[in-house]
Amino acid sequence: MTVATALKANDPTQLPSKRDEDWRWTDLRGLLRVLPPQAGAVELAALPAGAFDALVEQTHVLAGGHEAAQIVIPPDGKAALALRIVSRGEASLSVRATVRVGTGAKLRLFETYEGDASAYVTHAALDIVLEDGAAVERIVLAADGDEGVLVSQAQVSLAAKAEFGQTVITAGARRQRLETSVDHPGAHASVRLDGAYLLAAKRHADLTTIVRHQGVDGATSQLTKGVVRDQARAIFQGRIVVEEGADQTDARMGHHALILSDQAEVDAKPELLIHADDVQCAHGNTIGALDEDALFYMRQRGLPETEARALLVEAFVGEVADRILNEAAREPVRAWIAERLAS
Amino acid sequence: MLSIQNLRAEVDGKEILKGLTLDVPAGEVHAIMGPNGAGKSTLSYVLTGRDGYEVTGGGATLDGEDLLALEPNERAAKGVFLSFQYPLEIPGVPALTFIRTALNAQRKARGEAEITAPEFLKLARATAASLKIDFGMLKRSLNVGFSGGEKKRMEIFQMAMLQPRFLILDETDSGLDIDALKIVSEGVNALRSPERAMLVITHYQRLLDYIKPDRVHVLSAGRIVASGGPELALELEREGYDKYARAA
Ligand SMILES: Nc1ncnc2c1ncn2[C@@H]1O[C@H](COP(=O)(O)OP(=O)(O)OP(=O)(O)O)[C@@H](O)[C@H]1O
Ligand SMILES: [Mg+2]
Repeated sequence: MTVATALKANDPTQLPSKRDEDWRWTDLRGLLRVLPPQAGAVELAALPAGAFDALVEQTHVLAGGHEAAQIVIPPDGKAALALRIVSRGEASLSVRATVRVGTGAKLRLFETYEGDASAYVTHAALDIVLEDGAAVERIVLAADGDEGVLVSQAQVSLAAKAEFGQTVITAGARRQRLETSVDHPGAHASVRLDGAYLLAAKRHADLTTIVRHQGVDGATSQLTKGVVRDQARAIFQGRIVVEEGADQTDARMGHHALILSDQAEVDAKPELLIHADDVQCAHGNTIGALDEDALFYMRQRGLPETEARALLVEAFVGEVADRILNEAAREPVRAWIAERLAS
Repeated sequence: MLSIQNLRAEVDGKEILKGLTLDVPAGEVHAIMGPNGAGKSTLSYVLTGRDGYEVTGGGATLDGEDLLALEPNERAAKGVFLSFQYPLEIPGVPALTFIRTALNAQRKARGEAEITAPEFLKLARATAASLKIDFGMLKRSLNVGFSGGEKKRMEIFQMAMLQPRFLILDETDSGLDIDALKIVSEGVNALRSPERAMLVITHYQRLLDYIKPDRVHVLSAGRIVASGGPELALELEREGYDKYARAA
């Protein structure tokens, strides 16, 4: 884990750079000539309320002085947990969480990235393991500051019949990468990997996913949507690998972006690498502007232009929130999206 | 009510309206007929302020106020409503949400109080019932996947909900089946009042059997070339536009 080692050794030369193919649009080495000192201890009692407090039984905080968390859900257990990764002050922070969900157990994991206005550099490594028939819904809200740099890397592995659903919503950062890598066994396991980015000013967000289908009969469904305005830049890299013999794989990937200004940019690299014969795979990728005809229609009905634009954009991104299975979680996510779009 | 004076407008540098003059007093329904490409939809877009339709001469006023100086949403708040020849799809926005947002935006612009959710729902249910629109349809994204006729019905539903003062119906009859034509016409007639006026663009006399016009105008090559009573529509139905095409 090069980012983690670079932070721990305070050695920026170990950071990934644009010469690394998978990082060419999210160059950290070129951005960070020096790394700030290690984060000092954060006073947990002083943290503000979390976005999902009302929906969870327990909260784990990862921050300076609290760099590791272990979450274990016993077989057939059921839990709703918050995981808050908190960046405070101009500091380097490297945290790690392991999440093990036992056979038949169910977990709703509400993960938030909370940064302040300083130039922090944070790395989070998550290891998520789902045993037979386990079900996890992971919801991530990334609320970084303008000057923050964040890399989150989740490694997910599933056993037979496990269900893993994920929705990542981000407003970006100075530079930010939210990466999810899934080892998919096939075997009636199913994966949903959704995301949405809402970027303004000079913010950057990189949503990268890798799914490796390693066995017969697995499903992956992926929908990422986003809007960029001002001079913001979004990156979507979605790779689905169907290994030899992983027949009856059903994999669908969609990435759709709206560009709301001339200087905003979206780079997308959807990749389906298929080494099996009997598979159903599809991907769609669209990048466009708001539909001006629809905008006129809305204005003809009385909506002022800004309101019409906001409604179209919110509806566009809202499709991602609609796919969240846990209904109670949709509301705070929608509210978060609306707040970001209004500002 | 609406007064159009010697209006000239171009699209992509091409002049489409070439000095069009027309008066529609309050309380009246005027029909506009005319060959394909004559400029009927262009007129409706110019009156509602669509981008790309550049006014190069003349003017239009609503109750004496310069209509063309207003933003499209301001014109809507003044009560101008266009039933589109080709209604647009608004993905992800349920029809009811859209109409409530539009209604409240108009009310806000007029300095009126917002409609409450229960009031709105009650009104929507009653209106849907009178137009024989399945309430379930109103929960779907506006016009997405709707048939041509369903889209036209949704236009009239929106019109009935928004209660505009000046209505422009651009070929609202095309795509409607016989029963729907009747229902839609009843919806339109319900809005006839001494304070309102309507411009009904159509190719077919049949619509005018249901929505009886006070005046009928022929729009050809960007101008009103003939005007008359309801009998003019019957004459056009029999004889076509040949003589007006030459006149223009
Ligand atoms: N964007 C455009 N660029 C160039 N020409 C246009 C554009 N939009 C409309 N026109 C032209 O303007 C003319 C008038 O079009 P308009 O749609 O107003 O006709 P119409 O009378 O409504 O016809 P119809 O009965 O077929 O609906 C046509 O010749 C059309 O090709
Ligand atoms: Mg037309």
